[in-house]
Amino acid sequence: MPVNAVADYDFPANDREENFHGARVIYAGWDKHLMFSSPYAWPLPPDLPFAHFLAGPLAEAFGQHPDFAKIDWSQAIWTKNGEAFSPDLDKTIAENGLIHKDSLRFETPGLDGIGGQFI
Amino acid sequence: MDMPAKPKKKLGLKERYAVMTRGLGWEPSYQDIDDIFSMDSFEGIKIHDWDAWEDPFRLTMDSYWKYQAEKERKLYAIIDAFAQSNGHLTVSDPRYINTVKMFVNGFAPLEYMSHRGFAHIGRQFRGVGPRVACMMQSLDEMRHAQTQVHAISNYNKYYSGMENFRHHHDYLPYLQVPKSFFEDAATGGPFEFITAIGFSFEYVLTNLVFVPFISGAAYNGDMGAMTFGFSAQSDEARHMTLGLEVIKFMLEQDPDNVPIVQKWLNKWTWRGVRVLTLVAMMQDYMLPKRVMSWAEAWEIYFEENCGALFRDLERYGIVMPPCVEQVRKERDHLSHMAWCQFYQARGTSNFHVWLPSEEDMDWLSQKYPDTFDQYYRPRFEEWRRMEEAGTPFETTGINMQCQVCQIPMFFTEPGDPTRLAQHHCHHEGEQYHFCSQWCQEIFEDEPEKYIQSAIAGHDVFKGKAIRPEADPTAEDFNPAAEALAFWKLENGRDNGLHYGSQDERNFSMWRGLASSNS
Ligand SMILES: [Fe+2]
Ligand SMILES: [Fe+2]
Repeated sequence: MPVNAVADYDFPANDREENFHGARVIYAGWDKHLMFSSPYAWPLPPDLPFAHFLAGPLAEAFGQHPDFAKIDWSQAIWTKNGEAFSPDLDKTIAENGLIHKDSLRFETPGLDGIGGQFI
Repeated sequence: MDMPAKPKKKLGLKERYAVMTRGLGWEPSYQDIDDIFSMDSFEGIKIHDWDAWEDPFRLTMDSYWKYQAEKERKLYAIIDAFAQSNGHLTVSDPRYINTVKMFVNGFAPLEYMSHRGFAHIGRQFRGVGPRVACMMQSLDEMRHAQTQVHAISNYNKYYSGMENFRHHHDYLPYLQVPKSFFEDAATGGPFEFITAIGFSFEYVLTNLVFVPFISGAAYNGDMGAMTFGFSAQSDEARHMTLGLEVIKFMLEQDPDNVPIVQKWLNKWTWRGVRVLTLVAMMQDYMLPKRVMSWAEAWEIYFEENCGALFRDLERYGIVMPPCVEQVRKERDHLSHMAWCQFYQARGTSNFHVWLPSEEDMDWLSQKYPDTFDQYYRPRFEEWRRMEEAGTPFETTGINMQCQVCQIPMFFTEPGDPTRLAQHHCHHEGEQYHFCSQWCQEIFEDEPEKYIQSAIAGHDVFKGKAIRPEADPTAEDFNPAAEALAFWKLENGRDNGLHYGSQDERNFSMWRGLASSNS
């Protein structure tokens, strides 16, 4: 339903990709690790190799967890906006088909948080 | 020459009310009434007879001044006494002061927003009765903002986190939640605004705000905050009645109004409860002496009181908002999820946080037997171990946020407390994410509005958290440090852990001086 307004109401979306100085926003959250209360967001260059994303921003955000160093990325199960997703670690963000404001989640089989309690 | 003294005619109460309110209106003769009141029809609410409006209070302006001035004199006498006797040192525990910080940063600016909103609709309704009532509420809200700021200024002299409350309310990420809530209401039409604020917030949810803050202040020895609470209470009674009267008036005027009102009730009950996440957290985690748990407050003030209200509105065809089902499921999780978020993102807050003590956790297990020990205690215990090991857990990442409520996406699935909820949609080539089905429904009803949300984390990425004098191209430019400077947060003083903070040390030192001779 369109907005009810006293006059014409037509404004551009506030968070269009062009407003991010060449970066695109990507979100990622680590399932079964609720020590991290929510997924995080990053402005990533589209030509950033996915492996560099994992070793850089993602590791910085999640690296404090003892499970992080144990992750075997070849076993990780990813979703993108709720659908299956299999990233090629050597390809870039753009080559992996990731677009602005995609939301990633990953699960790490065998690693279910501290004491297996999803922490 | 002597003028014969004319006997003054004294008006009866009823006449006086008529003259001082309805009598102030007039029929325009050379302007179209729809041009004068151009905003009270575009929302689709049909009013056939504005005179059918019954003013439940019959308050006139002269008695309003007299009554409020009296209250104000008493209040300021107490605020002065508080200042002279170092009232800030009589509170139960220095942790309490963090609730005062949250109040002045998160809530007092909403009183001011409410003042503006009611001034606006007090101009826009064409019925004289509601216009006068809205004008008085507008004045009340201005007083609330002022008296709260004045009362809390007695804390600001001694403790951090309050001196930039206006700037923080406008820019600090967590405060964008209450700010955007009110801006959403204020940018609706006059009928939506009064449904949102006058009814959903002031009537349906007000006790859930007032009990924790005002009774909490009383329990924790804060005379200043308690007094402005009580001073505002008689106004609140009037506001609640105005909210309820407006709802009933709309529902009685035309059956076509019912679905519109229902839609707003659904939206604003959900928006209100989402904002109350902050209050739930304050109630369960931040009050050193607790009044009651969030879960208990919800049962009494929502389930019992509002249950009766919604049953009363059934005769108009109004039903309980469907989101309430989810609120019930989140009842035993809400405050815990929020405190986990604030604990770990403590670098960007203007109040201090701490881990619950053993005693606190035992209280929480007792109040939340189905959730606390299973889901949240182990998290706090792990963080305790990390603190003790000298490697306290803290996140510096920027949270993903809901496009509508703007809260970080920390809510779990209503049926699964181990999985974070995420909802997603597309609109005109862009994608959007939501904490819940209900925030998504609000978005989809008016996407043109919510595509403009200013998401705090995104604003950092866009380079909006930079002071005009900073040079982002400089070699040594540090965006994280610059964001703190832009937000006017003094790292290590305004934010971080309570124990060991400057505020905690000062309180203990001053209280020691105040209660002993050495
Ligand atoms: Fe108020
Ligand atoms: Fe939301």
